[in-house]
Amino acid sequence: MIKVINRGLFTTVQDFGRENYQEFGVPFSGVMDRKAATFANAILGNKPNAAVLEMTMLGAKLLFTKPTLMAISGANMSPRLNNKAITINKAVAVNSGDILSFGKLQKGFRCYLAVLGGIKSNKVLGSQSMYSGITKTYVLENNDELEFDDLNTSFKPAFASIKFNDAYLENPNINVFKGPEFNLLTKEQQRQLLSQEFSISKDNNRMAYQLNEVLPNNLKPIITSLVLPGTVQLTPAGKLIILMRDCQTTGGYPRVLQLSEASISVLSQKFTQQKITFNLKY
Amino acid sequence: MSYNLTYKQFNERSILIEWPKTIDEDILNDVLQFKAKIKASEMFEITVIKHAYQSVLIQFKNNIADVERLITTLKSIYQSEKEIISFQNKIWKIPVCYDPFFGIDLAHVANEKGLSSETVIEKHSQVTYKVYFIGFLPGFLYLGGLDEALETPRKATPRLQIEKGSVAIGGNQTGIYPSNSPGGWNIIGQTPINFFNANKSEPCFARAGDGIKFIPVSKKEFLDIKTLVKHDVYIIESEVIND
Repeated sequence: MIKVINRGLFTTVQDFGRENYQEFGVPFSGVMDRKAATFANAILGNKPNAAVLEMTMLGAKLLFTKPTLMAISGANMSPRLNNKAITINKAVAVNSGDILSFGKLQKGFRCYLAVLGGIKSNKVLGSQSMYSGITKTYVLENNDELEFDDLNTSFKPAFASIKFNDAYLENPNINVFKGPEFNLLTKEQQRQLLSQEFSISKDNNRMAYQLNEVLPNNLKPIITSLVLPGTVQLTPAGKLIILMRDCQTTGGYPRVLQLSEASISVLSQKFTQQKITFNLKY
Repeated sequence: MSYNLTYKQFNERSILIEWPKTIDEDILNDVLQFKAKIKASEMFEITVIKHAYQSVLIQFKNNIADVERLITTLKSIYQSEKEIISFQNKIWKIPVCYDPFFGIDLAHVANEKGLSSETVIEKHSQVTYKVYFIGFLPGFLYLGGLDEALETPRKATPRLQIEKGSVAIGGNQTGIYPSNSPGGWNIIGQTPINFFNANKSEPCFARAGDGIKFIPVSKKEFLDIKTLVKHDVYIIESEVIND
Protein backbone atom coordinates (compact mmCIF):
# COMPACT_ATOMS: atom_id res chain seq x y z
CA MET A 1 0.00 0.00 0.00
CA ILE A 2 0.84 3.70 -0.04
CA LYS A 3 0.86 5.44 3.32
CA VAL A 4 0.37 9.20 3.36
CA ILE A 5 3.12 10.69 5.54
CA ASN A 6 2.33 14.26 4.54
CA ARG A 7 -0.78 15.00 2.53
CA GLY A 8 0.60 18.02 0.65
CA LEU A 9 -1.67 20.96 -0.17
CA PHE A 10 -4.63 19.17 -1.74
CA THR A 11 -4.26 15.53 -2.75
CA THR A 12 -7.16 13.40 -3.93
CA VAL A 13 -7.84 10.05 -5.59
CA GLN A 14 -9.35 10.65 -9.03
CA ASP A 15 -10.39 8.62 -12.06
CA PHE A 16 -12.55 9.94 -14.91
CA GLY A 17 -15.43 10.63 -12.53
CA ARG A 18 -19.19 10.05 -12.67
CA GLU A 19 -21.05 10.55 -15.94
CA ASN A 20 -24.20 8.62 -15.11
CA TYR A 21 -25.51 10.62 -12.16
CA GLN A 22 -25.79 14.14 -13.60
CA GLU A 23 -29.57 13.76 -13.50
CA PHE A 24 -29.41 13.35 -9.72
CA GLY A 25 -27.39 16.55 -9.33
CA VAL A 26 -24.09 14.70 -8.82
CA PRO A 27 -21.01 16.52 -10.22
CA PHE A 28 -18.75 14.80 -12.75
CA SER A 29 -15.56 15.14 -10.68
CA GLY A 30 -12.56 13.23 -12.08
CA VAL A 31 -8.98 14.27 -12.89
CA MET A 32 -8.69 17.98 -13.73
CA ASP A 33 -6.01 17.32 -16.38
CA ARG A 34 -7.08 14.29 -18.41
CA LYS A 35 -4.10 14.55 -20.73
CA ALA A 36 -1.56 14.15 -17.93
CA ALA A 37 -3.46 11.45 -16.02
CA THR A 38 -4.00 9.48 -19.24
CA PHE A 39 -0.30 9.71 -20.02
CA ALA A 40 0.82 8.59 -16.54
CA ASN A 41 -1.48 5.57 -16.90
CA ALA A 42 -0.36 4.85 -20.47
CA ILE A 43 3.29 4.62 -19.40
CA LEU A 44 2.31 1.74 -17.12
CA GLY A 45 -0.08 0.12 -19.58
CA ASN A 46 -3.04 1.02 -17.30
CA LYS A 47 -6.47 1.89 -18.63
CA PRO A 48 -6.66 5.66 -19.29
CA ASN A 49 -9.21 6.10 -16.50
CA ALA A 50 -7.40 4.05 -13.83
CA ALA A 51 -7.43 5.91 -10.50
CA VAL A 52 -4.43 8.16 -9.82
CA LEU A 53 -3.41 10.63 -7.15
CA GLU A 54 -3.93 14.26 -8.12
CA MET A 55 -1.64 16.67 -6.26
CA THR A 56 -2.06 20.42 -6.39
CA MET A 57 0.85 22.90 -6.12
CA LEU A 58 2.61 21.11 -3.23
CA GLY A 59 3.12 17.37 -3.54
CA ALA A 60 2.55 14.78 -0.83
CA LYS A 61 5.11 12.64 0.98
CA LEU A 62 4.27 8.98 0.47
CA LEU A 63 5.64 5.69 1.81
CA PHE A 64 5.35 2.55 -0.33
CA THR A 65 5.03 -0.66 1.70
CA LYS A 66 5.38 -3.01 -1.26
CA PRO A 67 7.10 -2.91 -4.66
CA THR A 68 5.40 -1.57 -7.76
CA LEU A 69 6.00 0.60 -10.80
CA MET A 70 4.87 4.19 -10.84
CA ALA A 71 4.75 7.08 -13.27
CA ILE A 72 4.38 10.79 -12.61
CA SER A 73 3.03 13.25 -15.16
CA GLY A 74 1.54 16.74 -15.44
CA ALA A 75 3.12 19.49 -13.35
CA ASN A 76 6.80 19.13 -12.53
CA MET A 77 7.05 19.28 -8.74
CA SER A 78 10.65 18.05 -8.52
CA PRO A 79 9.85 14.50 -7.36
CA ARG A 80 12.42 12.59 -5.30
CA LEU A 81 12.55 8.91 -4.41
CA ASN A 82 14.44 8.34 -1.16
CA ASN A 83 15.69 11.89 -1.55
CA LYS A 84 17.17 11.33 -5.01
CA ALA A 85 15.71 13.23 -7.95
CA ILE A 86 13.68 11.11 -10.38
CA THR A 87 12.49 11.73 -13.93
CA ILE A 88 8.86 12.42 -14.69
CA ASN A 89 6.87 10.96 -17.60
CA LYS A 90 8.73 7.67 -17.24
CA ALA A 91 8.10 4.38 -15.44
CA VAL A 92 10.02 4.20 -12.15
CA ALA A 93 10.49 1.03 -10.08
CA VAL A 94 9.57 1.39 -6.40
CA ASN A 95 10.59 -0.94 -3.58
CA SER A 96 9.08 -1.65 -0.22
CA GLY A 97 10.06 1.13 2.20
CA ASP A 98 10.69 3.72 -0.51
CA ILE A 99 9.62 7.28 0.18
CA LEU A 100 8.36 9.53 -2.60
CA SER A 101 8.48 13.25 -1.92
CA PHE A 102 8.19 16.44 -3.92
CA GLY A 103 10.01 19.76 -3.91
CA LYS A 104 9.77 22.98 -5.85
CA LEU A 105 6.93 23.49 -8.31
CA GLN A 106 8.76 24.09 -11.57
CA LYS A 107 6.05 24.03 -14.19
CA GLY A 108 2.26 23.55 -14.19
CA PHE A 109 0.01 23.25 -11.13
CA ARG A 110 -1.37 19.69 -10.89
CA CYS A 111 0.70 16.54 -10.84
CA TYR A 112 -0.49 12.94 -11.30
CA LEU A 113 0.91 9.80 -9.74
CA ALA A 114 -0.11 6.49 -11.32
CA VAL A 115 0.81 3.06 -10.00
CA LEU A 116 0.70 -0.22 -11.86
CA GLY A 117 -2.94 -1.34 -12.12
CA GLY A 118 -4.23 1.90 -10.58
CA ILE A 119 -5.03 2.97 -7.02
CA LYS A 120 -7.63 0.69 -5.46
CA SER A 121 -10.29 2.40 -3.34
CA ASN A 122 -14.05 2.16 -2.88
CA LYS A 123 -16.19 3.05 -5.85
CA VAL A 124 -19.18 5.22 -5.04
CA LEU A 125 -21.73 5.74 -7.84
CA GLY A 126 -19.35 4.11 -10.29
CA SER A 127 -16.23 6.13 -9.53
CA GLN A 128 -13.35 6.41 -7.06
CA SER A 129 -13.17 10.21 -7.44
CA MET A 130 -13.32 11.93 -4.07
CA TYR A 131 -16.08 14.48 -3.59
CA SER A 132 -17.64 15.92 -0.44
CA GLY A 133 -20.94 14.23 0.38
CA ILE A 134 -20.37 11.40 -2.11
CA THR A 135 -17.22 9.67 -0.88
CA LYS A 136 -16.49 9.29 2.84
CA THR A 137 -13.75 11.93 2.69
CA TYR A 138 -13.00 14.50 0.01
CA VAL A 139 -9.25 14.99 0.44
CA LEU A 140 -6.42 12.73 1.63
CA GLU A 141 -5.17 13.22 5.18
CA ASN A 142 -1.94 12.22 6.87
CA ASN A 143 -1.85 8.50 7.72
CA ASP A 144 -4.42 7.56 5.07
CA GLU A 145 -3.62 4.27 3.36
CA LEU A 146 -4.16 3.44 -0.30
CA GLU A 147 -4.14 -0.04 -1.76
CA PHE A 148 -2.79 -1.20 -5.13
CA ASP A 149 -2.19 -4.57 -6.82
CA ASP A 150 0.82 -6.76 -6.17
CA LEU A 151 3.59 -6.32 -8.72
CA ASN A 152 3.29 -8.58 -11.71
CA THR A 153 6.93 -9.40 -12.37
CA SER A 154 6.34 -10.16 -16.03
CA PHE A 155 5.45 -6.50 -16.67
CA LYS A 156 7.26 -4.77 -19.51
CA PRO A 157 6.55 -1.08 -20.02
CA ALA A 158 4.81 -1.20 -23.39
CA PHE A 159 5.11 2.49 -24.07
CA ALA A 160 8.61 3.06 -22.76
CA SER A 161 9.50 5.30 -25.65
CA ILE A 162 6.43 7.58 -25.85
CA LYS A 163 7.17 11.26 -25.31
CA PHE A 164 5.10 13.69 -23.32
CA ASN A 165 4.73 17.12 -24.87
CA ASP A 166 4.41 19.40 -21.86
CA ALA A 167 4.21 22.71 -23.78
CA TYR A 168 0.50 22.95 -22.90
CA LEU A 169 1.37 23.46 -19.24
CA GLU A 170 2.40 27.03 -20.02
CA ASN A 171 0.21 27.65 -23.05
CA PRO A 172 -1.97 30.73 -22.36
CA ASN A 173 -4.39 30.02 -25.23
CA ILE A 174 -7.72 28.57 -24.16
CA ASN A 175 -9.77 27.31 -27.09
CA VAL A 176 -13.47 27.97 -26.83
CA PHE A 177 -16.87 27.56 -28.44
CA LYS A 178 -19.49 30.31 -28.28
CA GLY A 179 -21.67 29.72 -25.22
CA PRO A 180 -25.47 29.58 -25.56
CA GLU A 181 -25.77 33.23 -24.40
CA PHE A 182 -22.71 34.56 -26.29
CA ASN A 183 -24.88 36.32 -28.86
CA LEU A 184 -26.63 38.35 -26.16
CA LEU A 185 -23.37 40.24 -25.60
CA THR A 186 -22.78 43.43 -27.59
CA LYS A 187 -20.24 43.28 -30.40
CA GLU A 188 -17.86 45.30 -28.22
CA GLN A 189 -18.27 42.91 -25.27
CA GLN A 190 -17.69 39.94 -27.59
CA ARG A 191 -14.57 41.59 -28.94
CA GLN A 192 -13.28 42.33 -25.44
CA LEU A 193 -13.95 38.78 -24.25
CA LEU A 194 -12.06 37.27 -27.18
CA SER A 195 -9.12 39.65 -27.33
CA GLN A 196 -8.37 40.77 -23.79
CA GLU A 197 -5.80 39.05 -21.62
CA PHE A 198 -7.36 37.68 -18.41
CA SER A 199 -5.63 36.62 -15.23
CA ILE A 200 -6.57 33.80 -12.86
CA SER A 201 -8.09 34.97 -9.55
CA LYS A 202 -7.04 33.46 -6.22
CA ASP A 203 -10.48 31.84 -6.24
CA ASN A 204 -9.48 28.83 -8.29
CA ASN A 205 -10.15 25.24 -7.34
CA ARG A 206 -11.60 21.97 -8.63
CA MET A 207 -15.06 23.52 -8.79
CA ALA A 208 -14.30 26.70 -10.71
CA TYR A 209 -11.65 29.18 -11.81
CA GLN A 210 -12.62 32.84 -11.43
CA LEU A 211 -10.90 35.57 -13.42
CA ASN A 212 -9.74 38.93 -12.03
CA GLU A 213 -10.80 41.22 -14.88
CA VAL A 214 -14.49 42.03 -15.16
CA LEU A 215 -16.69 42.32 -18.24
CA PRO A 216 -19.38 44.95 -17.51
CA ASN A 217 -22.70 43.78 -18.92
CA ASN A 218 -26.47 44.06 -18.69
CA LEU A 219 -27.28 40.39 -19.22
CA LYS A 220 -30.16 39.13 -17.10
CA PRO A 221 -29.87 35.87 -15.18
CA ILE A 222 -31.22 32.96 -17.21
CA ILE A 223 -33.83 30.42 -16.14
CA THR A 224 -31.73 27.78 -14.36
CA SER A 225 -30.21 25.73 -17.17
CA LEU A 226 -27.50 23.18 -17.91
CA VAL A 227 -23.73 23.51 -17.62
CA LEU A 228 -20.69 21.29 -18.14
CA PRO A 229 -17.11 21.50 -16.96
CA GLY A 230 -15.59 24.24 -19.13
CA THR A 231 -18.70 26.44 -19.16
CA VAL A 232 -17.75 30.14 -18.74
CA GLN A 233 -20.42 31.99 -16.76
CA LEU A 234 -20.79 35.78 -16.61
CA THR A 235 -22.29 37.29 -13.44
CA PRO A 236 -24.27 40.58 -13.36
CA ALA A 237 -21.21 42.14 -11.63
CA GLY A 238 -19.11 41.16 -14.67
CA LYS A 239 -17.20 38.34 -13.04
CA LEU A 240 -16.18 35.48 -15.32
CA ILE A 241 -16.39 32.04 -13.73
CA ILE A 242 -14.99 29.03 -15.58
CA LEU A 243 -16.60 25.85 -14.26
CA MET A 244 -14.26 22.91 -13.68
CA ARG A 245 -14.69 19.17 -13.01
CA ASP A 246 -16.41 19.42 -9.60
CA CYS A 247 -18.97 21.98 -10.81
CA GLN A 248 -22.71 21.82 -10.17
CA THR A 249 -24.88 20.21 -12.82
CA THR A 250 -27.04 23.31 -13.44
CA GLY A 251 -26.56 27.08 -13.25
CA GLY A 252 -28.41 30.36 -13.62
CA TYR A 253 -25.74 32.74 -14.95
CA PRO A 254 -25.47 33.44 -18.68
CA ARG A 255 -23.04 31.01 -20.38
CA VAL A 256 -20.88 33.12 -22.67
CA LEU A 257 -18.22 30.59 -23.69
CA GLN A 258 -17.51 26.86 -23.52
CA LEU A 259 -13.94 25.52 -23.29
CA SER A 260 -12.87 22.76 -25.62
CA GLU A 261 -12.24 19.54 -23.72
CA ALA A 262 -8.47 19.76 -24.25
CA SER A 263 -8.45 23.34 -22.92
CA ILE A 264 -9.91 22.21 -19.58
CA SER A 265 -6.66 20.27 -19.11
CA VAL A 266 -4.65 23.35 -20.15
CA LEU A 267 -6.51 25.61 -17.70
CA SER A 268 -6.20 23.14 -14.83
CA GLN A 269 -2.41 23.59 -15.00
CA LYS A 270 -2.75 27.37 -14.43
CA PHE A 271 -2.64 29.14 -11.07
CA THR A 272 -3.30 32.50 -9.43
CA GLN A 273 -2.24 35.55 -11.48
CA GLN A 274 -1.27 33.54 -14.56
CA LYS A 275 -2.57 34.95 -17.84
CA ILE A 276 -4.91 33.38 -20.36
CA THR A 277 -6.70 34.48 -23.53
CA PHE A 278 -9.80 32.95 -25.09
CA ASN A 279 -9.36 31.78 -28.61
CA LEU A 280 -12.59 31.21 -30.59
CA LYS A 281 -11.77 28.06 -32.52
CA TYR A 282 -15.15 26.74 -33.47
CA MET B 1 -48.24 20.28 -28.72
CA SER B 2 -45.09 21.05 -30.61
CA TYR B 3 -42.74 23.89 -29.65
CA ASN B 4 -40.30 25.87 -31.69
CA LEU B 5 -36.99 24.49 -30.41
CA THR B 6 -33.47 25.82 -30.90
CA TYR B 7 -30.45 23.55 -31.27
CA LYS B 8 -26.94 24.74 -30.39
CA GLN B 9 -23.64 22.91 -30.41
CA PHE B 10 -22.29 23.16 -26.82
CA ASN B 11 -18.82 21.65 -27.24
CA GLU B 12 -17.06 19.01 -29.37
CA ARG B 13 -19.52 16.29 -28.48
CA SER B 14 -22.49 18.01 -26.86
CA ILE B 15 -25.64 19.69 -28.06
CA LEU B 16 -28.13 21.93 -26.23
CA ILE B 17 -31.81 21.93 -27.12
CA GLU B 18 -33.89 24.83 -25.81
CA TRP B 19 -37.64 25.46 -25.43
CA PRO B 20 -39.26 28.90 -25.01
CA LYS B 21 -37.90 30.70 -21.96
CA THR B 22 -40.70 30.04 -19.48
CA ILE B 23 -41.29 27.73 -16.54
CA ASP B 24 -44.33 25.69 -17.43
CA GLU B 25 -45.62 22.17 -16.79
CA ASP B 26 -46.52 21.61 -20.44
CA ILE B 27 -42.95 22.47 -21.42
CA LEU B 28 -41.64 20.08 -18.75
CA ASN B 29 -43.81 17.29 -20.16
CA ASP B 30 -42.57 18.00 -23.68
CA VAL B 31 -38.95 18.07 -22.44
CA LEU B 32 -39.42 14.68 -20.75
CA GLN B 33 -41.15 13.23 -23.82
CA PHE B 34 -38.39 14.34 -26.17
CA LYS B 35 -35.71 13.11 -23.79
CA ALA B 36 -37.39 9.70 -23.58
CA LYS B 37 -37.73 9.54 -27.38
CA ILE B 38 -34.03 10.34 -27.84
CA LYS B 39 -33.07 7.60 -25.38
CA ALA B 40 -35.46 5.13 -27.00
CA SER B 41 -34.27 5.90 -30.55
CA GLU B 42 -30.92 4.19 -29.92
CA MET B 43 -29.56 6.16 -32.84
CA PHE B 44 -26.59 7.57 -30.97
CA GLU B 45 -24.04 6.60 -28.38
CA ILE B 46 -24.95 8.96 -25.55
CA THR B 47 -22.87 9.34 -22.38
CA VAL B 48 -24.90 12.07 -20.66
CA ILE B 49 -28.44 13.32 -21.22
CA LYS B 50 -29.86 15.79 -18.72
CA HIS B 51 -32.57 18.43 -18.60
CA ALA B 52 -33.59 21.58 -16.75
CA TYR B 53 -36.79 23.71 -16.93
CA GLN B 54 -36.70 24.29 -20.67
CA SER B 55 -33.56 22.64 -22.00
CA VAL B 56 -31.95 19.28 -22.71
CA LEU B 57 -28.21 18.72 -22.99
CA ILE B 58 -26.86 15.63 -24.74
CA GLN B 59 -23.21 14.60 -24.56
CA PHE B 60 -22.26 11.96 -27.11
CA LYS B 61 -19.50 9.39 -26.78
CA ASN B 62 -17.79 10.71 -29.89
CA ASN B 63 -17.19 14.17 -31.31
CA ILE B 64 -19.94 15.53 -33.53
CA ALA B 65 -18.83 15.15 -37.15
CA ASP B 66 -21.72 16.86 -38.92
CA VAL B 67 -23.78 19.10 -36.66
CA GLU B 68 -26.38 19.98 -39.32
CA ARG B 69 -27.11 16.33 -39.98
CA LEU B 70 -27.34 15.62 -36.26
CA ILE B 71 -29.85 18.46 -35.78
CA THR B 72 -31.94 17.18 -38.69
CA THR B 73 -32.01 13.73 -37.10
CA LEU B 74 -32.98 15.17 -33.70
CA LYS B 75 -35.75 17.24 -35.31
CA SER B 76 -37.20 14.17 -36.95
CA ILE B 77 -37.17 12.34 -33.61
CA TYR B 78 -38.96 15.32 -32.02
CA GLN B 79 -41.64 15.29 -34.73
CA SER B 80 -42.16 11.52 -34.64
CA GLU B 81 -45.48 10.93 -32.94
CA LYS B 82 -45.88 7.20 -33.12
CA GLU B 83 -44.99 6.37 -29.57
CA ILE B 84 -45.96 8.77 -26.80
CA ILE B 85 -44.04 7.40 -23.88
CA SER B 86 -46.01 7.13 -20.65
CA PHE B 87 -44.27 7.62 -17.35
CA GLN B 88 -45.16 6.05 -14.02
CA ASN B 89 -45.09 9.23 -12.02
CA LYS B 90 -45.78 9.28 -8.31
CA ILE B 91 -46.85 11.76 -5.69
CA TRP B 92 -44.57 11.44 -2.65
CA LYS B 93 -45.91 12.35 0.78
CA ILE B 94 -43.11 14.02 2.66
CA PRO B 95 -43.52 14.51 6.42
CA VAL B 96 -42.41 17.98 7.53
CA CYS B 97 -42.25 19.35 11.05
CA TYR B 98 -43.06 23.07 10.90
CA ASP B 99 -42.33 23.55 14.62
CA PRO B 100 -40.39 26.82 15.16
CA PHE B 101 -37.60 24.65 16.60
CA PHE B 102 -36.87 23.65 12.97
CA GLY B 103 -38.71 26.41 11.11
CA ILE B 104 -36.45 29.18 12.31
CA ASP B 105 -37.72 31.64 9.69
CA LEU B 106 -41.40 30.67 9.85
CA ALA B 107 -42.31 33.69 11.99
CA HIS B 108 -40.32 35.96 9.64
CA VAL B 109 -42.12 34.62 6.56
CA ALA B 110 -45.51 34.95 8.29
CA ASN B 111 -44.69 38.50 9.36
CA GLU B 112 -43.40 39.46 5.92
CA LYS B 113 -46.55 38.16 4.23
CA GLY B 114 -49.01 39.42 6.87
CA LEU B 115 -50.19 35.89 7.55
CA SER B 116 -50.36 33.73 10.66
CA SER B 117 -47.81 30.90 10.96
CA GLU B 118 -50.72 28.45 10.73
CA THR B 119 -51.81 29.93 7.39
CA VAL B 120 -48.25 29.73 6.03
CA ILE B 121 -48.12 26.05 6.99
CA GLU B 122 -51.55 25.41 5.50
CA LYS B 123 -50.73 27.14 2.21
CA HIS B 124 -47.35 25.41 1.99
CA SER B 125 -48.72 21.92 2.66
CA GLN B 126 -51.90 21.95 0.58
CA VAL B 127 -50.17 22.17 -2.82
CA THR B 128 -48.78 19.21 -4.77
CA TYR B 129 -45.47 20.50 -6.10
CA LYS B 130 -44.08 19.36 -9.42
CA VAL B 131 -40.49 18.06 -9.62
CA TYR B 132 -38.92 19.78 -12.64
CA PHE B 133 -35.39 18.43 -12.33
CA ILE B 134 -32.57 17.77 -9.85
CA GLY B 135 -29.59 20.11 -9.68
CA PHE B 136 -27.58 22.59 -7.55
CA LEU B 137 -26.71 19.88 -4.98
CA PRO B 138 -26.93 16.08 -5.26
CA GLY B 139 -30.63 15.36 -4.60
CA PHE B 140 -31.88 18.98 -4.67
CA LEU B 141 -35.31 19.03 -6.33
CA TYR B 142 -36.38 22.07 -8.33
CA LEU B 143 -40.07 22.29 -7.41
CA GLY B 144 -42.81 24.29 -9.11
CA GLY B 145 -46.12 25.36 -7.61
CA LEU B 146 -45.39 27.60 -4.62
CA ASP B 147 -48.44 29.71 -3.67
CA GLU B 148 -47.73 33.32 -4.67
CA ALA B 149 -48.87 34.43 -1.22
CA LEU B 150 -45.76 32.73 0.23
CA GLU B 151 -43.12 34.20 -2.10
CA THR B 152 -40.40 35.63 0.17
CA PRO B 153 -37.07 37.12 -0.94
CA ARG B 154 -33.89 35.22 -0.10
CA LYS B 155 -32.02 36.47 2.97
CA ALA B 156 -29.56 39.29 2.30
CA THR B 157 -26.79 37.33 4.01
CA PRO B 158 -26.82 33.57 3.41
CA ARG B 159 -26.36 31.27 6.39
CA LEU B 160 -23.07 29.38 6.41
CA GLN B 161 -24.75 26.13 7.37
CA ILE B 162 -28.29 25.02 6.77
CA GLU B 163 -29.21 21.68 8.26
CA LYS B 164 -29.91 18.71 5.99
CA GLY B 165 -33.65 18.21 5.51
CA SER B 166 -34.50 21.89 5.95
CA VAL B 167 -37.60 22.94 4.00
CA ALA B 168 -37.28 26.49 2.75
CA ILE B 169 -38.67 29.28 0.61
CA GLY B 170 -36.44 31.41 -1.66
CA GLY B 171 -38.19 33.93 -3.88
CA ASN B 172 -40.87 32.07 -5.85
CA GLN B 173 -39.35 28.65 -5.15
CA THR B 174 -39.57 26.14 -2.35
CA GLY B 175 -37.18 23.27 -1.76
CA ILE B 176 -35.52 20.82 0.58
CA TYR B 177 -31.79 20.98 1.41
CA PRO B 178 -30.62 17.36 0.77
CA SER B 179 -27.38 17.87 2.75
CA ASN B 180 -25.84 20.39 5.12
CA SER B 181 -24.88 23.37 3.01
CA PRO B 182 -24.68 27.15 3.00
CA GLY B 183 -27.85 28.82 1.76
CA GLY B 184 -29.93 31.97 1.70
CA TRP B 185 -33.48 30.64 1.73
CA ASN B 186 -36.02 31.12 4.54
CA ILE B 187 -36.30 27.93 6.58
CA ILE B 188 -39.86 27.06 7.57
CA GLY B 189 -39.51 23.43 8.66
CA GLN B 190 -37.55 20.19 8.40
CA THR B 191 -38.16 16.74 7.00
CA PRO B 192 -36.57 13.56 8.41
CA ILE B 193 -36.53 12.02 4.88
CA ASN B 194 -33.25 11.50 3.00
CA PHE B 195 -33.40 12.98 -0.48
CA PHE B 196 -30.02 11.62 -1.54
CA ASN B 197 -28.20 8.40 -0.74
CA ALA B 198 -24.86 7.91 -2.51
CA ASN B 199 -24.82 4.23 -1.56
CA LYS B 200 -27.87 3.38 -3.65
CA SER B 201 -27.71 2.85 -7.40
CA GLU B 202 -30.85 5.04 -7.60
CA PRO B 203 -29.60 7.73 -5.23
CA CYS B 204 -32.86 9.76 -5.34
CA PHE B 205 -36.36 8.29 -5.00
CA ALA B 206 -38.03 11.27 -6.68
CA ARG B 207 -37.84 11.86 -10.43
CA ALA B 208 -38.67 14.70 -12.77
CA GLY B 209 -42.43 14.72 -13.36
CA ASP B 210 -43.23 13.37 -9.89
CA GLY B 211 -45.27 15.29 -7.32
CA ILE B 212 -44.23 16.27 -3.79
CA LYS B 213 -46.78 16.90 -1.06
CA PHE B 214 -45.70 18.06 2.39
CA ILE B 215 -47.54 16.49 5.33
CA PRO B 216 -47.28 18.48 8.59
CA VAL B 217 -46.15 16.30 11.51
CA SER B 218 -45.44 16.96 15.19
CA LYS B 219 -41.96 17.03 16.67
CA LYS B 220 -42.63 13.61 18.22
CA GLU B 221 -43.67 12.11 14.87
CA PHE B 222 -40.64 13.75 13.23
CA LEU B 223 -38.29 12.03 15.69
CA ASP B 224 -40.04 8.66 15.30
CA ILE B 225 -39.77 8.83 11.51
CA LYS B 226 -36.15 9.95 11.75
CA THR B 227 -35.34 6.80 13.73
CA LEU B 228 -37.00 4.62 11.09
CA VAL B 229 -35.18 6.48 8.30
CA LYS B 230 -31.89 6.02 10.11
CA HIS B 231 -32.41 2.26 10.09
CA ASP B 232 -33.54 2.36 6.48
CA VAL B 233 -36.98 0.91 7.29
CA TYR B 234 -39.18 3.96 6.66
CA ILE B 235 -41.35 3.63 3.57
CA ILE B 236 -42.35 6.94 2.06
CA GLU B 237 -46.06 7.01 1.31
CA SER B 238 -46.77 7.55 -2.37
CA GLU B 239 -49.50 7.24 -4.95
CA VAL B 240 -49.29 6.76 -8.70
CA ILE B 241 -50.46 9.72 -10.76
CA ASN B 242 -53.10 8.74 -13.29
CA ASP B 243 -52.97 10.86 -16.41
